[in-house]
Amino acid sequence: MLRYVCKRLSQGFFVLAGVSFFCFLIFQYMGDPVLALVGMDATPAQIADTTQRLGLDRPWYEQYLAFIANVSRGDFGISYLTKTPALPLVLKRVPATMELAVMAMLVATGLGGCIGVLAAVRPHWRVSRALMLFSLAGISLPTFLIAILCIYLFCIVLGWLPPFGRGEVIRIGFWDTGLFTNDGWRHIVLPMTTLGLFQLSMSARVLRGEMMEVMLEDYIRTARAKGLSIGAVVWRHALKNALIPFVTIAGLQLGQLIAFSIVTETVFQWPGMGALLIASIGQNDQPVVVTYIMLVAVLFVLINLCVDILYFFLNPKISYV
Amino acid sequence: MFDRARFLRHFSRSPLAVSSAAILLVFLVAAVCAPLFAPHDPYDLTSLQLTDRLKPPMWMPGGSDSFPLGTDDQGRGILSAILYGMRASFLIGAGAVFLAFCVGAALGLVAGFFGGRLDALIGRVADVMLSFPAFLLALLLLGIARQRGAIPVILAIAATFWVRYCRVMRGNVLRESKKEYIEAAKVMGASHMRIIFRHLLPNSVATLFVVAAVDLGMVIVLEATLSFLGVGLPLTSPSLGMLIASGYQYLYASIWWPVFFPALVLAILVLAINLLGDWLRRELNPRMY
Repeated sequence: MLRYVCKRLSQGFFVLAGVSFFCFLIFQYMGDPVLALVGMDATPAQIADTTQRLGLDRPWYEQYLAFIANVSRGDFGISYLTKTPALPLVLKRVPATMELAVMAMLVATGLGGCIGVLAAVRPHWRVSRALMLFSLAGISLPTFLIAILCIYLFCIVLGWLPPFGRGEVIRIGFWDTGLFTNDGWRHIVLPMTTLGLFQLSMSARVLRGEMMEVMLEDYIRTARAKGLSIGAVVWRHALKNALIPFVTIAGLQLGQLIAFSIVTETVFQWPGMGALLIASIGQNDQPVVVTYIMLVAVLFVLINLCVDILYFFLNPKISYV
Repeated sequence: MFDRARFLRHFSRSPLAVSSAAILLVFLVAAVCAPLFAPHDPYDLTSLQLTDRLKPPMWMPGGSDSFPLGTDDQGRGILSAILYGMRASFLIGAGAVFLAFCVGAALGLVAGFFGGRLDALIGRVADVMLSFPAFLLALLLLGIARQRGAIPVILAIAATFWVRYCRVMRGNVLRESKKEYIEAAKVMGASHMRIIFRHLLPNSVATLFVVAAVDLGMVIVLEATLSFLGVGLPLTSPSLGMLIASGYQYLYASIWWPVFFPALVLAILVLAINLLGDWLRRELNPRMY
């Protein structure tokens, strides 16, 4: 087990090394970082000074080592736009994105799981058929279309919910949260639903498939035969075994949700990392883009590692060598 | 093996498949012949007039006959923009899927046939690619490249979509390689090239077409999303995603037509492709992974 974790950790390390080299290439060679920092009307002396300060006159491997050294100290360079360090700019946006992604995941796995179980237990019931058809639409339609539809319906026509922003937030330590205010909840409902909808369909379909397979097993028939109610059999016996693949998928979904929050944040003007990324790409603010990429790469490596370890504990049949 | 008569019989008996295919065909013809049907050329910036901006559709008061579905905030006719935008969707979808297909198939063939270190290397790269969502990779590639246009979008999408073709191809090649006719060809002294191109490729490529059919819908959605976020096609060339992005802010002013028509077309297009792809997958039922 320990050996397996070490192996996965070293793999993750190689991924991060690759991503960091890639980021370094963008950082040093795409566009002109010197001109971006000093501005167009700088004197040659200023340009030479900044070039030396950024280390651009040294060979590439020295530059790469310096880049790694800086990154490991948390120094991702200076944002071209705000002229402040890039890392705090991105980190400040992390709570908003994580809150949105985790809430969306609860919607997706919780609600999606219930729909999946329902559709598996009563496959011919009209309600479960309608729900599965609805889930096909959820998989097919682009997230931004669903988001715009929701804004139109709930914000413009009905006027129930606010169309953009995060509302009132409370600061707890370093974390800004909107989950303890009424206003914050009103703001998060639509983004988390639209973001979760795609994964909801996915969860429903996966759990339905698993449940239908498990329900055919002999021990389910035995449990029914010894007089247990259908509810007890579904929840205590079948669901437990159907959940194993479901948990891994739910874990991987968190990564997907963080990625797709870029779209949701843009439509709802949610002040998270994704909205910052799109704004920074639009304004050619490379240090912020690089910081985002590195941060997301670390996050994905961690999530994948956690899912693998979780899978190991949930399914003792599998051995890793 | 593939039975054409049976396939066509099943196809003609499935109303879902036939209607999806019919819708797709209509859209495809409309997109290919856009210059013939479209009342205006949205690429021709000199023909745009700002006085025409945000005109309602022709059946509403204030609408004009020359803009059947109204105009957007640049004064572009929405019908023309949609026709040209669909063209971009099909072009990018087909281009990206074709490129991903070729690259993935070639790498899968090489990995499966030669094995060893090359196989391990390709497999490792594929693993890493699969651990990140395709959408995120394509977005970041485009964000970094800072080039806007059809070619960068096709390259970015193909760079993230080749993995599945590679996997399926490698699996097929490994399965075929064990069969006796490959052994026979080897014994007869056939060259590697001959075995790969005359024997392995024709016998392993079929299932990849189903992957391509399923991918086409995903790629069109991806292109629309990228253009919506402003990293896909530039503002000067209409695409469905870009039209929706520039149109949806006018919803607050109850100007619904710049976003409604492109969104409707995109939704129908994507649903038709997905339903057809779904049917195709169930009909042919290949081992997908």
